[in-house]
Amino acid sequence: MLRFILTRVSLVVPTFIGITLLAFFLVRLVPGDPIETMAGERGIDPARHAQLLKEYGLDQPLFVQYGRYIERVVQGDLGKSIVTRDSVLSEFGQLFPATIELALCAILIALIIGLPAGIIAAVKRNSIFDHGVMGISLTGYSMPIFWWGLLLILLFSVQLGITPVSGRIAVQYFIEPVTGFLTIDSLLAGDIDAFWSALSHLVLPAIVLGTVPLAVIARMTRSAMLEVLGEDYIRTARAKGMAPLRVVALHALRNALIPVVTVIGLQVGTLFTGAILTETIFSWPGVGKWLIEAISRRDYPVLQGGTLLLGMVVMSVNLLVDLAYGLINPRIRHAR
Amino acid sequence: MSRSTRPLALALGLGALLLPAIASAQALVVCSEASPDFLNPQFSSQNTAYDVAAQIYERLTATERGGSQIIPSLAESWTISDDALSYTFKLRKGVKWHASKSFTPTREFNADDVLFSFNRMLDANHPYNRVGSGNYQFFGEIVKPSLKAVEKVDDYTVRLVLTKPNAPLLSALSVEPMSILSAEYAAAMSKAGTPEQIDFAPIGTGPFSLLSYQKDAVIRFKAVPDHWTKAAGDRDRMALVNDLIFVITPDAAVRFAKVRSGECQIARYPNPGDLAAMKTEPTINLLQGSIADQSFLAFNQQKKPFGDRRVREALAYATNIPAIIEAVYQGTGKPTASAVPPSLWSHDPDLKPRAYDPEKAKALLKEAGYPEGFETTLWAIPVVRAYMPNGRRAAELIQADWARIGVKATIQTFEWGEYLKRGRAGEHEVGMFGYTWDYPDPSQILLTGWTCEGVATGANRARWCNKEASDALAKASTITDQAERSKLYKRFQEIFHEDVAGLLFANAQAFTPVRKEVKDYKIHFFGGQPFVGVSLGK
Amino acid sequence: MSAETLQVPATPAGAPPHPAREFWTYFSANRGAVAGLIVIGLVLFCALFAPLIAPHDPNLTNNAVFLKPPFWQEGGSLSYPLGTDAIGRDILSRLLYGARLSLVIGIAVVAIAIVVGIVLGLIAGFFKGIADIAIMRLMDILMTMPSLLLAIVIVAILGPGLMNAMLAVAIVVLPHYVRITRAAVIAESSKDYVVAAQVSGARTARLMFSEILPNCAAPLIVQATLGVSTAILDAAALGFLGLGAQPPTPEWGTMLADAREFVLRAWWVVTFPGLAILITVLAFNLLGDGLRDALDPKLKR
Repeated sequence: MLRFILTRVSLVVPTFIGITLLAFFLVRLVPGDPIETMAGERGIDPARHAQLLKEYGLDQPLFVQYGRYIERVVQGDLGKSIVTRDSVLSEFGQLFPATIELALCAILIALIIGLPAGIIAAVKRNSIFDHGVMGISLTGYSMPIFWWGLLLILLFSVQLGITPVSGRIAVQYFIEPVTGFLTIDSLLAGDIDAFWSALSHLVLPAIVLGTVPLAVIARMTRSAMLEVLGEDYIRTARAKGMAPLRVVALHALRNALIPVVTVIGLQVGTLFTGAILTETIFSWPGVGKWLIEAISRRDYPVLQGGTLLLGMVVMSVNLLVDLAYGLINPRIRHAR
Repeated sequence: MSRSTRPLALALGLGALLLPAIASAQALVVCSEASPDFLNPQFSSQNTAYDVAAQIYERLTATERGGSQIIPSLAESWTISDDALSYTFKLRKGVKWHASKSFTPTREFNADDVLFSFNRMLDANHPYNRVGSGNYQFFGEIVKPSLKAVEKVDDYTVRLVLTKPNAPLLSALSVEPMSILSAEYAAAMSKAGTPEQIDFAPIGTGPFSLLSYQKDAVIRFKAVPDHWTKAAGDRDRMALVNDLIFVITPDAAVRFAKVRSGECQIARYPNPGDLAAMKTEPTINLLQGSIADQSFLAFNQQKKPFGDRRVREALAYATNIPAIIEAVYQGTGKPTASAVPPSLWSHDPDLKPRAYDPEKAKALLKEAGYPEGFETTLWAIPVVRAYMPNGRRAAELIQADWARIGVKATIQTFEWGEYLKRGRAGEHEVGMFGYTWDYPDPSQILLTGWTCEGVATGANRARWCNKEASDALAKASTITDQAERSKLYKRFQEIFHEDVAGLLFANAQAFTPVRKEVKDYKIHFFGGQPFVGVSLGK
Repeated sequence: MSAETLQVPATPAGAPPHPAREFWTYFSANRGAVAGLIVIGLVLFCALFAPLIAPHDPNLTNNAVFLKPPFWQEGGSLSYPLGTDAIGRDILSRLLYGARLSLVIGIAVVAIAIVVGIVLGLIAGFFKGIADIAIMRLMDILMTMPSLLLAIVIVAILGPGLMNAMLAVAIVVLPHYVRITRAAVIAESSKDYVVAAQVSGARTARLMFSEILPNCAAPLIVQATLGVSTAILDAAALGFLGLGAQPPTPEWGTMLADAREFVLRAWWVVTFPGLAILITVLAFNLLGDGLRDALDPKLKR
């Protein structure tokens, strides 16, 4: 067991080094000039330009820059944004809770709807409900979410005027961050109006971001349930006259959940991809939008640091899922 | 909001963290388009930074709100020597600096502050010169070349000594990068070992002080109760609301939705496509004005075949400008042939743009030796600018127009910084470029963009060197008589048009949707938009 | 990281008579899959005959008809059945020509990814050792990056454009193919027939391509079909962010990007390109599902 954990954890080291290499060199291969972008139409004089390059350390050969970068990364310093001059780590810390809040809500929506839908579809296999759920979830899975977001804005914000168009909370509220989740912080502050405002801003983006995971979860739950329902012990339980609901709830669901949980864990990367688009459409102040803007401004430190941090988050989640799965299922543990 | 902004809010020590919600009745909420690149305007050339600095800081001179008159501000009056080489400013007394948790001013504004602010940018050995970005772009380009020294005559008198006459100086001093910062604050922060704080937690003399700033989200200002305009009773220049809030909303459609729902009272930079809807909105007044801009196609005259005037003229005739105005400016711009916009003095209204005429274009091309047309590349601006709302769309229209006379243009674009750099290096064949004026003097953009010297530095994007035109510009900036200068600028515009130096698109119109309860808002065209004199009614 | 543990490699169907017919029996029983096939056929038809069906040149601007609504709305006309965009181009014609691009994108991306993926996967699975570790670590690293972000950075390096966008998407989806191939190869190469071939002295390359590869085909075909839909979606997302096909190319995602500012004013410029993407992607997913069910013996019970 310990060997399994150690093997898996040790695999993280080369991956981490690889991510730093990829983040650093890919980003630096991007042509562009952050100093020029900042200076705008009327430009900057060449001497000053050279001086600023030097100040940012951009005049050194790339591998020297990489060495210095790694040296600082190991000490927990990801550098400062060229545009805002804020520390990359603190900007990330500021924006990441917004992304997490959005992502958690999206997953929550996906679970609340996807799990029951998948279970019922499996239990009532080949019924109209089953076909309906599978049809809808395949449509959700095929959805270009940037377009989906626009459609929802068109319908709910423009036509019906129910939800706000964008942002995280109405401007008049000012909530002191505790957890960084505005919905929770507003409740902690005891401001119910602020809570409703935060919630109404959260609904559409969470639906948009949750659409693909919802489809995946519903489909996965259904097929896992079908598999389990066909197993001998379920048939035995049924034959013994156990109530169908109990069979499903007690035996089948528990076993079917294992692959479902794994799938959710593996959705993290996909979720961040979705977050980039969702945050762009809804002006949600999270890391996805931050990175997109960093690209257009050629803000190298932000791009490198952000990619690195996101990569690490995905890596850690994958590792956790891997370990958890290994713990649950001993067959995997001995596979390699 | 968290780590990086919290120190700022704490440093300012004002109610931000204690106020759960700001009473909306006295708060003016503005939907702005982006975060400022710097809170210290000395470093910036962006309107987003000017808009913030316009509230917090003041300059020696000011531009009348919504107009183009230069009026006194921190300088109460001035005198110019006969040789135009010495400007003496009498400073205003009783002007107070903002206070914050980390800084309590012990004295009022005086000549030391003016000296500090100028010398930081002028003197490379000044202890503050290298603090922060150190790129004093506006100052370096407009003021520094002619400025010899800044002298303190007494506590309330300063003198600017010039090396050569600089006619637009008084106008230039009114722009946000020339803001006056506190020398005492700088000294205090230096002593505390955090000199860069003066750029991050700004202390000014302006009508509003900065309360808190959340990047990409919101900027909060609070009215200064004892601002000098209150004592002077100058209603047009005093804060009439308690709180001013900029809600940073990058998407124009969203800004419109927010002003419609009342989340904002003023939305900056509307999407031209939404103007029709704004006009019919019962809760909104749509204000309009003509911005001082220049938006053009630069034919790189050092590249074949654009050195030939006939080719340039052919392409001018082949471009359907009214269609571009319709599709790109949504019908709100006006075609123009004058390099100086109508909102500035010396604009020449008699020049008429070349009308769309593909036949004439073909004939000219044939004459120039290109009966079958030719292939070229067309650069499209990758970002939204006031003078060019949608570069890509304009390029697609031009491409289709030119195809009709056999000129095959491939649309190209780069990341904005890259675009500007390559444009300055002259890599383009035909490229879209543009400028907006920061202060009401024609010289600013004309001198930057259209002189023979500009060909060498690359600022002259068309690489168009016409001796007579260039000399007229140089001469006009050495004399102070406006009528004389006006004549020279008119001559310049004639040559510009005749020689097809660039193909001007339009003078863009600026629009601002403002909710009906907002009183006395005026669109301001030069530098940052002031929110003094604006009040909220029923 | 445990994706390969979930991938159940296909085992030979085992039913000797007419595997093709058997496949078709299963496949045609799946109405969704057949519908997907029909829609793909339609899209293909539109793409092939776009110049004949399209009422207008997709890039022809018409200054008289900016933002005309579709024909059934007031102000619309049958000469522009789905209306026009901001510079007076016919939306229907652009959509028809756009079908070409989307199909080309989907197929080209999958083709690149599958060829490179098979080679890398075979090497990793067959040779094991250092090659395996190096390749699989690299794929892990690629998978840790949010795929869209990686694609955006790659496009930023190469410069915006259709070819570069396709290349970026291909790189991003590559790990899936490598993993599937590798997993299948590992499963296959322990089987008796491979061992037998090895013992009888078959050459490595021959073994890989003529013995093992055909037996990994089923999961790859399924993944390829589903991969087309992913590729179309990813390329459209890049187009939407302004990094895909460049103007005046009528790529669907790019059309959406241009249309964004008209959300409040001209619903048709926003709605139709997105609908086209959705329908095409859905069709490929239906087909992929059908193929998987038909090819995967586990679900045949």
